[in-house]
Amino acid sequence: MDNRFDVELVAVTKRYGGTLAVDAISLRIPRGTYCCLLGPSGCGKTTTLRMIAGHEAVTDGDVLIHGENVSDLPPIKRGTAMMFQSYALFPHMSCLDNVAFSLKMRGVKKAERHAKAKEYLDLVQMAGFAERLPAQLSGGQQQRIALARALINRPRVLLLDEPLSALDPFLRIKVREELKRLQRELGITFIHVTHSQDEAMALADLMVVMEDGHIRQAAHPREVFEKPVSPFIARFIGSHNVLRDGRGPIAVRADRCRLGSPGDGPHVNGQIMAIEYQGSMVRVAVKTDAGEEVSALVPDQAFYQRPAEPGDSTTLVWAEQDTHALAEA
Amino acid sequence: MADQRISDRRPWTFYALGALFGAYLVFLYGPMVVIYTLSFQGENGGVTFPMVGFSLTWFRDVFAKGQMADVPVSFGRSMALAATVCALTVCISVAAGLGFRRRFPGSGAVFYIAVASLVMPSLLVGFGIGLGFQFLGIKPSLFTSALGAQLTWTLPFGLFAMFAVVNRFNRSWEEAARDAGASGWQTLRHVTLPILLPGIIGVAMGAFTLSYDEYARTTLTIGPKNTLPLEIYALISSATSPMLFAIGTLTTGISFLAIIVTLILVLRLQRRRGRLAKAD
Repeated sequence: MDNRFDVELVAVTKRYGGTLAVDAISLRIPRGTYCCLLGPSGCGKTTTLRMIAGHEAVTDGDVLIHGENVSDLPPIKRGTAMMFQSYALFPHMSCLDNVAFSLKMRGVKKAERHAKAKEYLDLVQMAGFAERLPAQLSGGQQQRIALARALINRPRVLLLDEPLSALDPFLRIKVREELKRLQRELGITFIHVTHSQDEAMALADLMVVMEDGHIRQAAHPREVFEKPVSPFIARFIGSHNVLRDGRGPIAVRADRCRLGSPGDGPHVNGQIMAIEYQGSMVRVAVKTDAGEEVSALVPDQAFYQRPAEPGDSTTLVWAEQDTHALAEA
Repeated sequence: MADQRISDRRPWTFYALGALFGAYLVFLYGPMVVIYTLSFQGENGGVTFPMVGFSLTWFRDVFAKGQMADVPVSFGRSMALAATVCALTVCISVAAGLGFRRRFPGSGAVFYIAVASLVMPSLLVGFGIGLGFQFLGIKPSLFTSALGAQLTWTLPFGLFAMFAVVNRFNRSWEEAARDAGASGWQTLRHVTLPILLPGIIGVAMGAFTLSYDEYARTTLTIGPKNTLPLEIYALISSATSPMLFAIGTLTTGISFLAIIVTLILVLRLQRRRGRLAKAD
């Protein structure tokens, strides 16, 4: 039995009638990984998560958890637990009963299951809210209760379906820090579905970018960001300019571009369309002579030494080593 | 054109619509108030104003034996029938409402067939059932033909109501329960039904009242023993006395009692839940 991996997907396929939602994807998630499934809506990331969870049957292929084929097992037998997008807390139960729910289903005595549930409320710092109903909590608090409910079964893999999407931007950053901390402390694998590349970059040890039911790239976020394999990845991950040179498509990071003149190295000519002040950086949107939309992220000091206006002609320049060749789309 | 100014004053339409609503309330409750008042008519009074004194005679008459109509017995029949109709409607429409969440081939057709009975002329439905029983040589009676006739009315209603209730039900509650290891039965018992409970109580009360004062479908399928509405109708057509009003007052009182008891039950249920949560 190969135990180096928490989760393995082997040619996992999902078909709904005639439409292919997930097309024979394979993926190995090592022990204790924070894995983010990332992609535009309809790319199959949620379906993939639900197949790992056991809430969706696989049409073809196998799901392995700790080396064991769980493709036909119900969720509870897989050692997974899922946190749902809107948390799906039971509205008629107190927080304590929500957390203790699975113990109750297993016939654990009341005193014992409540004691256990309290431990997990403590873990998510919600001990003071045991008696509240979910409707009496804020979104962030509900999320913690959902987390405690998912963790009480000591899952080997925790599955999170867009866990941060219901929170306001400020809270989102705070909660994602907590998720990462919790994952490190528990040492289990988290699989987190998101459509936000910021979120994935901030959290993931393994970032899996999906499109059209396929995995397009699976690697550490740094590798994905520095070496996107295709124009799709480069565009989706953001902050990249996708251009063509003599050999094919290339990607150049926007923060490696500056406004200069044609003699400086690789470059593209165009016209400034917009200037956005972003604090430490200024984003200059440029339409190239070939009609491509590109941008340069210029440090604010550099920009204001030689300011420019929308409408100006300009040249986007970068260094030779910053040209990253992409596979043909 | 006068220039439009923003002001805190309510526009005249507020008062016009308020008056309309007031008229509606008078129209709705006025006749009932008249009936409740007249049910306390004095012994020598008639079925119209003025009130000739005040008495409880007519209430006594309701319960007196040897009248043309046997009100308490027919009331008992109505309650038993309504309770049966209510239980069946709740069971079937809750199951159907949950079942219809998943579309299946022909689900649209099945749905329309099921609710078509709402738009059928009720007298004809009753007539058809009566004829059918006669054709098959079965004697119509309270818990066969009349029960069936009433169900043709309460089931589509219950189904409609459950559709609305179930529509707001978040499927991921059930998935969360399954994720936590609950079996299908446990999910239904601990998650689905408790969350749907307010809607289910609504369907139950609706079905009960629909059955309790059903006339058109019941009259041709009831057989020899009348329910309360049929008994009242027989009374109206044979003789009029303030006793009819007394029956009206009593049945309204019973309806209110039923509503109050239900509300108290629901409130106590909620409070017990709250207490349970607190006791932990």
